[in-house]
Amino acid sequence: SLAGFGNLMQDVLWCFSQVKGTIDVGVTEADIISTVEFNHTGELLATGDKGGRVVIFQREQESKNQPHRRGEYNVYSTFQSHEPEFDYLKSLEIEEKINKIRWLPQQNAAYFLLSTNDKTVKLWKVSERDKRPEGYNLKDEDGRLRDPSMITMLRVPVLRPMDLMVEATPRRVFANAHTYHINSISVNSDYETYMSADDLRINLWNFEITNQSFNIVDIKPANMEELTEVITAAEFHPHHCNTFVYSSSKGTIRLCDMRTSALCDRHAKFFEEPEDPSNRSFFSEIISSISDVKFSHSGRYIMTRDYLTVKVWDLNMENRPIETYQVHDYLRSKLCSLYENDCIFDKFECVWNGSDSVIMTGSYNNFFRMFDRNTKRDVTLEASRENSKPRAILKPRKVCVGGKRRKDEISVDSLDFSKKILHTAWHPSENIIAVAATNNLYIFQDKVN
Amino acid sequence: MFVRGLKRKCFDGEEDIEGTLAGIKAIPSYNLQRQSLLDMSLVKLQLCHMLVEPNLCRSVLIANTVRQIQEEMTQDGTWQMINTQSTGQASLDRLVSTDILCRSSREQAEGKHVPGYSTFNKDFEGDQAQNSSETMSTASSVQTPRNLHSNVWEMENPQENKGNFQKSLDHIFETLENKSPNSVEDLFSEVDNSYYDLDTMLTGMMSNTKMGHCDGLETFSPPTTTASNSNCKSDLNELDHIVEILVES
Repeated sequence: SLAGFGNLMQDVLWCFSQVKGTIDVGVTEADIISTVEFNHTGELLATGDKGGRVVIFQREQESKNQPHRRGEYNVYSTFQSHEPEFDYLKSLEIEEKINKIRWLPQQNAAYFLLSTNDKTVKLWKVSERDKRPEGYNLKDEDGRLRDPSMITMLRVPVLRPMDLMVEATPRRVFANAHTYHINSISVNSDYETYMSADDLRINLWNFEITNQSFNIVDIKPANMEELTEVITAAEFHPHHCNTFVYSSSKGTIRLCDMRTSALCDRHAKFFEEPEDPSNRSFFSEIISSISDVKFSHSGRYIMTRDYLTVKVWDLNMENRPIETYQVHDYLRSKLCSLYENDCIFDKFECVWNGSDSVIMTGSYNNFFRMFDRNTKRDVTLEASRENSKPRAILKPRKVCVGGKRRKDEISVDSLDFSKKILHTAWHPSENIIAVAATNNLYIFQDKVN
Repeated sequence: MFVRGLKRKCFDGEEDIEGTLAGIKAIPSYNLQRQSLLDMSLVKLQLCHMLVEPNLCRSVLIANTVRQIQEEMTQDGTWQMINTQSTGQASLDRLVSTDILCRSSREQAEGKHVPGYSTFNKDFEGDQAQNSSETMSTASSVQTPRNLHSNVWEMENPQENKGNFQKSLDHIFETLENKSPNSVEDLFSEVDNSYYDLDTMLTGMMSNTKMGHCDGLETFSPPTTTASNSNCKSDLNELDHIVEILVES
């Protein structure tokens, strides 16, 4: 029900629903989940992993017999989207890791999604087959070709029912358009085009055309030695098909209008918060680098994630964000060691709930955080096997930053930095979230009364 | 930046002796830690070049950090000192805790103690003076939070890579000694430039040589503009399927 949906943090009690993945202590690198995305209805949930595989879960119909199960997600389709490749010109391997998955809105019985690795975007069609043709003319039932001279009559094949089969087929391959690593893809609201962004360029594609793309942003300097800033994320406006934003490693966001010129090097709006000079350190720029940018569902706001904070910006105010939320400020004094072990370069994503009233992002130690924009309350929850009893209510976690550590609190020094929640997703209309913890996918739902 | 602030505080001669002494003690410590950060950053950049496919964002951020440090050191006049230093082995010893660098300038000015890298202990109330044990050695991860994944120094073949590491450090310092403070640009220029020249070939209009599994017969259904019912939509899909069967493709 929508009443109380996301309005007050205390009304929403998050419960464990399901976990996908193995419990093995040793994690196979290929199984590490690298992207999570619900489709537009929330019926399907897709994950991509480092091994180039895509797994799609489908929500069960709720049954009257088991009301407490509330539509569990079960595997619907699994396929190998990308394979490792070798770039012979540069003598470099191209990873098969799926960087992003984006769904297209459903227009017929089949489902379509875009999946991308560092270099190539693919359009996949996922469709169901529950009938099988029988009675071919040119081949027999085993598929062997018949001797044409033996065929004396023609018949029309008939469709007979069969067990449901879900098949995924690659419909388009959009390759050879990115020199640098693709970090984002975004489907346009016209449903005819989409964009792919790498470190220095953004390309616009038409779904029908794979051998051509339009370069709409190019920040590559003439002399690479002058390079000081890269593109980190990009997204189309949810309603205005001519508008998109992209974020940079210097903590800035540019909003561009494709109607103004073919190459959108001149932004229509430039969002940047002035630096606080008293807070400046050698790590200031690194922690200001934006790892994710997302439009609100309404299209009125954008949310950005940098290393320590999540910020909400009003599209009408460029000089500073309207809201700033501290994700894990206790790490500010640890930046040196986080720089040494490269954790400072971790790219956390952020998501809006369906009504844009709550935002969520991940942290370390398998913690993830939610911020209610209306009540200004926030909560820290943990994705762990220990809290994995069916419908168990998640207990809020707290990090102790100094002084006496209370029972149930965890001290900063005890945090496990190898357990990072980089990817999360929120169902488009319900309080159901998917949280990727290394090789496990956790699904949490709000408590059913 | 805050180095200047710190110096001024000392030379202003304000406050008590303790403050002054703390200020004086802080200066070499700050320089050492800044040097350590510079060394670490340069090694990270070199390691980038040895990796399969460098992460450009990370490289750019590290390079910018190096530039910042170099600029500050040039302004301080401490940049000259580097060129007279000797090689690799000494630099390893200089890799000390960079706790003080984690403090913002405001905190430094206030002399506030922030539990930083030096205090990864269970009791926060305990002894803060643990500087001797805080040296960051290059081969092992010391005093870091438990379960921290392998730090940047450790790679899959530690034996082999210690050799490479030593070579790369030597190379870095050679670079620093011989060249101007614009060594960051030089590091970047060591990347094979043909990497970047290829983009004119690879981006923009390009004929796609590899169609993959794309089947010319089946087209991606165009978006329907009218509100047709779902039966109609599934029929179209079936129709495609039936045609496919009939032509036995």
